Amino acid sequence: MSEELVKLKIDGQEVEVPRGTTILQAAKKLGIRIPTMCYHERLTPIGSCRMCMVEVKDYDHPVPACMTPVEEDIEVITDSDLLFEIRRNALKLMLLNHPLDCPICDKGGECDLQDLVYEFQIDKVEFQEKLPNKGLPEYATPFIRQWADRCIMCLRCITACREITGRQAIDIVGKGWDARVAVVDEEACKSCGECLFVCPTGALTDKLCNIKGRLWTYNRVQTTCGYCGVGCQLELNVYENKVIKVTSKNGVGPNKGSLCIKGRFGYEFIHSEDRLTKPLIKKNGDFVEASWDEALTLIKDKLTEIKEKYGPDSIYGLTSARATNEENYTFQKFFRSVIGTNNIDHCARL
Amino acid sequence: MTNSIEDMTLKAEVILVTGSNTSECHPVIANYVREAVMKNGAKLIVVDPKRIDLVDYAEIWLQPKPGNNVAWINGFMNVIINNNLHDEEFINEHTEGFEELKKVVERYTPEYVEEITGIPAEKLEKAAKIYGEAKAASILYAMGITQHSNGTDNVKSLANLAMITGNIGKEGAGVNPLRGQNNVQGACDMGGLPNVYPGYQPVDNEENCKKFSSEWGASCNINKGAPLTEIPNLVEEGKLKALYIMGENPLVSDPDLNHLKKCIEKLDFIVVQDIFMTETAQYADVVLPGACFAEKDGTFTNTERRVQRVRKAVNPPGEAKDDLTILSMLAEKFGVKYSNNPEDVFEEIRKVTPQYAGITYKRIEENDGVCWPCPDEEHPGTPILHVGKIARGKGLLTPIENKPPVEQPDEEYPFILTTGRRYEHFHTATMTRRARALNYYSPEPRLEINPEDAKQLGINDGDEIIVKSRRGEVKTKAMISDRVSKGVVFGCFHFSEAAINVLTLHALDPVAKIPEYKVCAVRIEKA
Ligand code: SF4
Ligand code: SF4
Ligand code: SF4
Ligand code: FES
Repeated sequence: MSEELVKLKIDGQEVEVPRGTTILQAAKKLGIRIPTMCYHERLTPIGSCRMCMVEVKDYDHPVPACMTPVEEDIEVITDSDLLFEIRRNALKLMLLNHPLDCPICDKGGECDLQDLVYEFQIDKVEFQEKLPNKGLPEYATPFIRQWADRCIMCLRCITACREITGRQAIDIVGKGWDARVAVVDEEACKSCGECLFVCPTGALTDKLCNIKGRLWTYNRVQTTCGYCGVGCQLELNVYENKVIKVTSKNGVGPNKGSLCIKGRFGYEFIHSEDRLTKPLIKKNGDFVEASWDEALTLIKDKLTEIKEKYGPDSIYGLTSARATNEENYTFQKFFRSVIGTNNIDHCARL
Repeated sequence: MTNSIEDMTLKAEVILVTGSNTSECHPVIANYVREAVMKNGAKLIVVDPKRIDLVDYAEIWLQPKPGNNVAWINGFMNVIINNNLHDEEFINEHTEGFEELKKVVERYTPEYVEEITGIPAEKLEKAAKIYGEAKAASILYAMGITQHSNGTDNVKSLANLAMITGNIGKEGAGVNPLRGQNNVQGACDMGGLPNVYPGYQPVDNEENCKKFSSEWGASCNINKGAPLTEIPNLVEEGKLKALYIMGENPLVSDPDLNHLKKCIEKLDFIVVQDIFMTETAQYADVVLPGACFAEKDGTFTNTERRVQRVRKAVNPPGEAKDDLTILSMLAEKFGVKYSNNPEDVFEEIRKVTPQYAGITYKRIEENDGVCWPCPDEEHPGTPILHVGKIARGKGLLTPIENKPPVEQPDEEYPFILTTGRRYEHFHTATMTRRARALNYYSPEPRLEINPEDAKQLGINDGDEIIVKSRRGEVKTKAMISDRVSKGVVFGCFHFSEAAINVLTLHALDPVAKIPEYKVCAVRIEKA
């Protein structure tokens, strides 16, 4: 398919992009950064925050780069005193309602709002209103805490819930100062945490684990989800040898940052009290703890005895669709080369 | 899968979803399907006896009676050929057997298919045209297609449909089975099967046998092993004496459980390596504590054949060890040295598995995973299979007749039971039931039943009921739901206390040996 290309200039640099591309995407192609807040790669542009305003020569007003498609021969300016002021004011507007409680916010250290406020050197909040405290309302799922006061009404969460998960569990309720993100359909929520994932501020936080560490005190390990075959990439957040949270990275893996309830909130089994911690040998019908050496010697003796008496095909090995490739490989190698049987299978069919 | 997740959804003009409750079992793929429909205007066709969540986004939903998939697929082909929507060029160039196929599908007119499946003829015709007219149409399917006594036929039929419309080997198309457990694909690739070595190299082939024997310094057995569904018979015949189970829980997941339990009790020796004391582990003579995915390094291969890294985040509890370490310790007892370093093992895998030859840990890291086949280190990997040429040379079109399910409902057992998964749980739920977040939604087993049937039986939502089949009975609770049609009930197999597989049937597909989980006849009584 041949796409119609459009030529334009951004900050004096020429670029060619397919028709329908937004100014924001075109700038990205040139490596020019335009600050954004409500824009999210996976969502249709929302256009609620005005952080991404740019000037276009011969246009009457600055326009939002995230929503404005390119036109032939336009000249875009992404940085100017006027734009700095517009963006600064947009931020101040967001802060009207947003308490500067960064020190006690889970999001501190990786919050888009915090970063931008710092970048635009806003050191005091000029018109902070004394608004009624909105508190911690019941949210759509018990695994996410909503800090209503921290919400900047960017609407990413609502858009994600509608567009990515197709649930429409949350929406704007109320008008004017009273407007807020709220649950509109309790039944609809699937606890996927997509809203939590896209929220740029600390207005939505993970509520599952009561151990909280600051971002810089824990480790993030990227790995593959252990549940279904989609193979979503996720990050285990580890604090003192404990998984305390699961996060995901935008655009990474087959899931591009999306997860379902299992991947995002289903990690608690890792530290379950029921985990087996010692080899067990059944003696007179009861399990008795044993040392590794004792258990493995018993296995070796028994398997050798059975093999000698009934042949290698009297032994069967079930390998696992949950184990790694390396473990599966080694398991079948052990059965094929040490035991000497092809009696190997796993639950692929079930 | 022939195509990648993103490709088969976002690049497709039409998506046909069948036998896959995608939103429940592969939620993130369902997100892509939705995105394709909502943002790209792709048309979605759902063919499923159950009113699955994706039906809300479908252009058209066909509701066949469970277990007659070949009939509607042949019906699709009938309409497509009669309307000249097949891809003659592709058929001539890339396939063989079209004339024979044509002869068989000729009989499957929409009217005839309606008789068998209950799908209204005009609806079938409409759906078939939508699929046939698309420039690129993908098919997504899962256990609803394979878990039948004729599952292999179902899969071949879907392949026929895709081939005669030229929907193979290109973007936005393909035949895409969604694999259930996280590393089912990898377990198969690695030779965790009775008939093949790693990379699907047959074991009953002299050359392969020699190759692996010399690679492993042993003499390998040239006889194929038995598939796991034949274990009960082997035990009964006295041929099987010992079972070594690594991380599986067949005593909840396998068919006809009562029978299986009796067989397992007859074994001389059972080893179970797992992270929990599962129902199966209870029967073991030795239980070894394993490690979960968060506690080890290695790779998983996802449903789109993408090899991705698993990275250790925390230590296993107590003396538990990862399976690789356990296996190398056991090998040592047998006087053999195995590496317990995952990357070393992966290097050995590459050497003997042609599809993985070009994949390294480094490349996985750099490229966000690599899809096999990847024959050498310069090769970018293969997200879409069969581009330009079908893997076996020419795609064989196999004429297939519809076979009704083995067990039909009758007066004594008037309902059709089908089984499956639920969104919050996973397989036999040993993990998910130990996560508060997941138990919160589905704390107990339920059997879904149509409101009209429930009314007739005098059953209310939440009532205790007994479900009986010819093989056993299970106590559970009713969940009134219009997602299932009249005469059909739906149960999931996650819960050991109401193990639905006590009821299911040991009728296996003759080729793939998959049990017929999707259809068995049951009776329902108030408890
Ligand atoms: S958890 Fe998912 S379904 Fe629930 S409100 Fe958030 S995005 Fe919507
Ligand atoms: S909750 Fe977060 S994502 Fe939603 S509108 Fe508020 S700040 Fe934006
Ligand atoms: S997060 Fe959900 S969809 Fe993704 S791999 Fe895990 S279980 Fe599957
Ligand atoms: S990022 Fe463009 S308006 Fe918010």
